[in-house]
Amino acid sequence: MLATIFMITAAVILISALLTITAHNVVHALLYLVITMLGVSLVFFLLGSSFAAALQIIVYAGAIMVLFIFVTMMLHQGEKSLNQERHLFHFSTSITAFILCSILFAELAYLLFLAPAETLSNMSQNHYSPAITVKQIGQQLYGPYSLLVVISALLLLSALITAIHISKSAENVKNKAEESNL
Amino acid sequence: MIPISWILFLSLSLFFIGIFGVLARRNLLFVLISLELMLNAVVILFIGASRYHAPSIANSDGQIMYLLVLTLAASEIAVGLSLVIHMYRQHHHLDLDKLNKLRD
Repeated sequence: MLATIFMITAAVILISALLTITAHNVVHALLYLVITMLGVSLVFFLLGSSFAAALQIIVYAGAIMVLFIFVTMMLHQGEKSLNQERHLFHFSTSITAFILCSILFAELAYLLFLAPAETLSNMSQNHYSPAITVKQIGQQLYGPYSLLVVISALLLLSALITAIHISKSAENVKNKAEESNL
Repeated sequence: MIPISWILFLSLSLFFIGIFGVLARRNLLFVLISLELMLNAVVILFIGASRYHAPSIANSDGQIMYLLVLTLAASEIAVGLSLVIHMYRQHHHLDLDKLNKLRD
């Protein structure tokens, strides 16, 4: 039963990821990307990590997608940018990338299914651990991994400052250009 | 019971779809979207590895790495999208191949 649900979810994830990559309209690509994120969170649920699944929905399908959609709304110009995108990406220009990617993919998949079957089945049956609770994660996170929390806070802060600085310096460049024109 | 090779195969396929997107697309927004797909593939690998690890306290390590990757993705997207806005203000397009000069 779980295996069937996993296969259906994996098919949905792969198809919507392919549609994301090949779409011409940015908004369509973003909607397919939301479907991919929801499928990934369902895979997390099937693997028993419900905390990660909830975070996937909240942060990826919620916050990051809202950021993308706001930027798209600021930049999208309807038919003009759609024509530009059709000019930039069609299948004849991406044939080399496709061949290279499929060669690498075939090699890695071959290696994956070449692995001794006993190892994989041992890993998937003998050590199937109980589901991980949020309490365990919190104890680990504020015990041995507390430096990691500080580092990720610093990372977010520096990203915030960088984003503000980049958007602001564009305004400054424009203002200076206008002043020099005057 | 889900075999671990299926999870590895799903992660592999998603990662290569992301790589194809980074190589083939020339729009900066689509390159960022493909990077998101690649990060998701890595995250599936982390969660699957933590699930099939032998029962111990180290089982939550995969989800802690997921939290770290989530932080990384959020900050990467914030900086990347502000660069997209900057590029659109200066060049009025998002074609990466035309960014072949270092100034102006």
